[in-house]
Amino acid sequence: MGNIRLIARLDIKGPNLIKGIRLEGLRKLGDPNWFAKKYYEQGIDEIIYMDIVASLYERSNLVNIVRKTTQDVFIPITVGGGIRSVEDAKEILRAGADKLAVNTASIKRPELIREISEKFGSQCMVLSIEAKRTGERKWEAYCDNGREKTGIDVIEWAREGCRLGAGEILLTSVDREGTRKGFDCDLVREVSTRVPIPVIASGGMGRGTDFVEVVRTGHADAVAVASVFHYGDMTVPGLRREAADQGIKVRNVEA
Amino acid sequence: MKIPRVTVIDYGMGNLLSVCRALEHCGAEVLVTASPLVLDGAECLVLPGVGAFADGMMGLSSGGFLGPIRKYSRTRRPFLGICLGMQMMLEASEEFGVHEGLGLIPGNVVAIPPTGMDGKPHKIPHIGWNDLLPPTPETDWKETILAGITPGTEVYFVHSFSVVPATLEHRLANSDYDGRVISAAVKCGNLYGCQFHPEKSGEAGLRILKNFLLL
Repeated sequence: MGNIRLIARLDIKGPNLIKGIRLEGLRKLGDPNWFAKKYYEQGIDEIIYMDIVASLYERSNLVNIVRKTTQDVFIPITVGGGIRSVEDAKEILRAGADKLAVNTASIKRPELIREISEKFGSQCMVLSIEAKRTGERKWEAYCDNGREKTGIDVIEWAREGCRLGAGEILLTSVDREGTRKGFDCDLVREVSTRVPIPVIASGGMGRGTDFVEVVRTGHADAVAVASVFHYGDMTVPGLRREAADQGIKVRNVEA
Repeated sequence: MKIPRVTVIDYGMGNLLSVCRALEHCGAEVLVTASPLVLDGAECLVLPGVGAFADGMMGLSSGGFLGPIRKYSRTRRPFLGICLGMQMMLEASEEFGVHEGLGLIPGNVVAIPPTGMDGKPHKIPHIGWNDLLPPTPETDWKETILAGITPGTEVYFVHSFSVVPATLEHRLANSDYDGRVISAAVKCGNLYGCQFHPEKSGEAGLRILKNFLLL
């Protein structure tokens, strides 16, 4: 296993960084560019911007945020929210994004995954899955930022996404998102061990031990962190040190 | 100080913006071109690219770049291929059938084995930060694009195929993916290739690009 990637996830609404609990009750936290720059300087491995409203009207905000960030942040940037077509994807890539995270539109039209991966390469195509537990080892995929049921089984969908050309999966537990109660490790394991592509675990990070657990028992290839970074309860070097102390291989950044 | 002028080839493969931004950040004046005529006067050349090998070669070919790139490479002026750009510098790739490359550096492009050396499956693509390691104890990074980089420094990779130079002397840096040797950087005179993305590898990556501009 290579280094486990540490990713800062920044949810965006209009021009603001926001954060909720289970994708609801959103609070404004400030300028997303400021946060992204801070995490870059602290040695984060990647950044994810997720526009949680992503109406066409708001799109210009997202594009501006991405364009500004990529001027002085030289690590991979994934952007999601409202990407419905190859044209939308192109606009986001032109602003400087490296990868696109797609959820809702690909559930409505799975071929979008193939179109994006064929046009821009599968390394660009991150399948974003919002998963809600429905039973013992069963999860349903949600869309529209955790608001809409789809009736689709998460594991089946992950495998199908892979087949269509996704290069990575961003797997968010709607149940754990923003709760700081730890990751849904069963979910991460069930998906990660069934697909050949890397899986990013998202939703639930509260303490360093949560990170260790989702890597050890969930077999996560990368971990997305939001609240504990945004609210300053944890720093990137702090989490990195804790993970390394527990024997998890992470990038060795000299601060 | 003289401002380095870099020509970046636009042949329709992927995102040139990040590469250009990073080069500009390093103090370069960047010219993005889809015209092969420009290569005659280029002082310093970058061939970026992500995507499939055959599409990349097709893009270079239909843009009329094959001859001019080969000609440029004989001038001994600095030339950097990044990711797919590096892979195309070799002779051939086995990605979706066998496809001929630019043939500037002897060797081939092969798929990363789907298992580590321990026989356990590992994730493909190889995505993430991995160490730059000297291929032999004698490897010296002085006066190369890796000047001043400490062995073990991590840089960002995303790829499913990997180059295998025919001779050890063209290997500048390796990386290790579960025991599988990944050729991370190659050098053949003033021709350089990076499998990793220096434009996405934080401060270490910027240092490597700065070194390239100073060649």
